[in-house]
Amino acid sequence: MRPEAARAKTIVVEVPDWPGHLAGQHVDVRLTAEDGYQAERSYSIASAPEDESLALTVERIDDGEVSLYLCDELRAGDELELRGPIGGYFTWQVADGGPLLLLAGGSGVVPLAAMLRHRTARGSRVDTRLLLSAGSWDDLLYRDELGRLGRDGVAVHYTLTRGAPPHWSGWSRRVDAEMLREVGPGPRTQPRVFVCGPTPLVEHVANLLVGLGHDPRLVKTERFGPTGG
Amino acid sequence: MAPVSRGFRGRRRQGVDASRVPPGQYVVDDFPVLSAGPTPQTGLDDWTFTIGGSLDEERTWSWEQFVALPGETFTVDIHCVTKWSKLGTIWTGVSVDRLLEDVDTAAEFVSAFCDGGYTTNLPLEDVTDGQAWIAYAFDGEPLEAEHGGPARLLVPHLYLWKSAKWVRGLTLLDHDEPGFWETLGYHNRGDPWNEERYWSD
Ligand SMILES: Cc1cc2nc3c(=O)[nH]c(=O)nc-3n(C[C@H](O)[C@H](O)[C@H](O)COP(=O)(O)OP(=O)(O)OC[C@H]3O[C@@H](n4cnc5c(N)ncnc54)[C@H](O)[C@@H]3O)c2cc1C
Repeated sequence: MRPEAARAKTIVVEVPDWPGHLAGQHVDVRLTAEDGYQAERSYSIASAPEDESLALTVERIDDGEVSLYLCDELRAGDELELRGPIGGYFTWQVADGGPLLLLAGGSGVVPLAAMLRHRTARGSRVDTRLLLSAGSWDDLLYRDELGRLGRDGVAVHYTLTRGAPPHWSGWSRRVDAEMLREVGPGPRTQPRVFVCGPTPLVEHVANLLVGLGHDPRLVKTERFGPTGG
Repeated sequence: MAPVSRGFRGRRRQGVDASRVPPGQYVVDDFPVLSAGPTPQTGLDDWTFTIGGSLDEERTWSWEQFVALPGETFTVDIHCVTKWSKLGTIWTGVSVDRLLEDVDTAAEFVSAFCDGGYTTNLPLEDVTDGQAWIAYAFDGEPLEAEHGGPARLLVPHLYLWKSAKWVRGLTLLDHDEPGFWETLGYHNRGDPWNEERYWSD
């Protein structure tokens, strides 16, 4: 267990006989209370298929049933019931090629981190652009690691929607068409696009992309909640 | 028997009828969205609904013709494979029974097809006998695009991915043809009461 940004934790799990996974897939975590009551939620796999252990990153939601338990109560050594890997659609492998356009809000970066880690592990140089939207600088997950990706040829962009630190050179507004145009690559290069995060953000960004001329069939989305949509 | 998660008590909801909540599901009040790509935007002028495949003669309705068909308003519980259930949702639409009323077919399966290329497969007996509708209103309001509007299939007794959003027609088939999620690891039938979530279930 390790803290990850202001409101999240990364949980490293040892899974006997893990069958392997693709970057972008998730697991279902099931919690069981003493009286048999159960709660189950999905969490994306943060680690690359090449990594030695399986990692999840859970954002703490204040009134959340499962995320609160995972962030506040779970201790190293505890047992966790997992099912997976699940999902064969929101996935990317080096062999799928690029260019790659990765867009996320909040914890939506988790499955994209797995794709980026996979890309790095395989030494791929495929043209990759990443745009992350977060509330504040402290909410950004994997900030240091993402900062180093520039060396591997990943263009990393941030937009902070609820206040930026002093001397902030990134964006500080909701994702819009102009921002997406700047991030590129344009629709003509037919990038594989992955959009992940809270439902309203995914809806908004996916609609912008289609408006810019991206082929809807190349735009893959994963909606995490919150359940307000 | 599942291992007990040390220190987990859970947040049980008050006033929820547990007999209406399938295993592994939890009840929400809002309406989450799950789809694999952008939300298609089809204008009502371009919208048609078609019943095709193995039948005597293909049927197609325009939007105007479709909403002029005798509709029903019904209240059902819906269950998404991503674990949420929503109880007592109110929809308006045309029952699949009505659409198939004078169709002559020996088909045993249907494949629902949608804007955006999504498909899902169902045995015919899961969409007949008052079990499925093409719904165009939710809670008395036109169905919003992100929830599948202008119209979606609604098969509430199966996980919600079977209730294809942005549905444009049903193809009657004499064989089963796994749809989008069904070829990507999700269960072929998807009965929430048997927790038929994935291939391995
Ligand atoms: C395929 C998939 C992959 C996911 N991967 C991840 C992941 O890698 N990391 C991660 O942290 N979460 C992920 N999620 C979200 C996760 O499954 C839970 O929904 C989330 O942790 C909240 O669960 P909870 O029990 O804590 O909150 P709940 O008790 O279910 O909800 C409590 C309150 O929080 C709101 N809420 C629910 N979800 C969110 C959210 N995502 N953001 C803000 N508010 C919310 C609800 O509307 C409700 O008001 C994923 C979801 C899906 C469908």
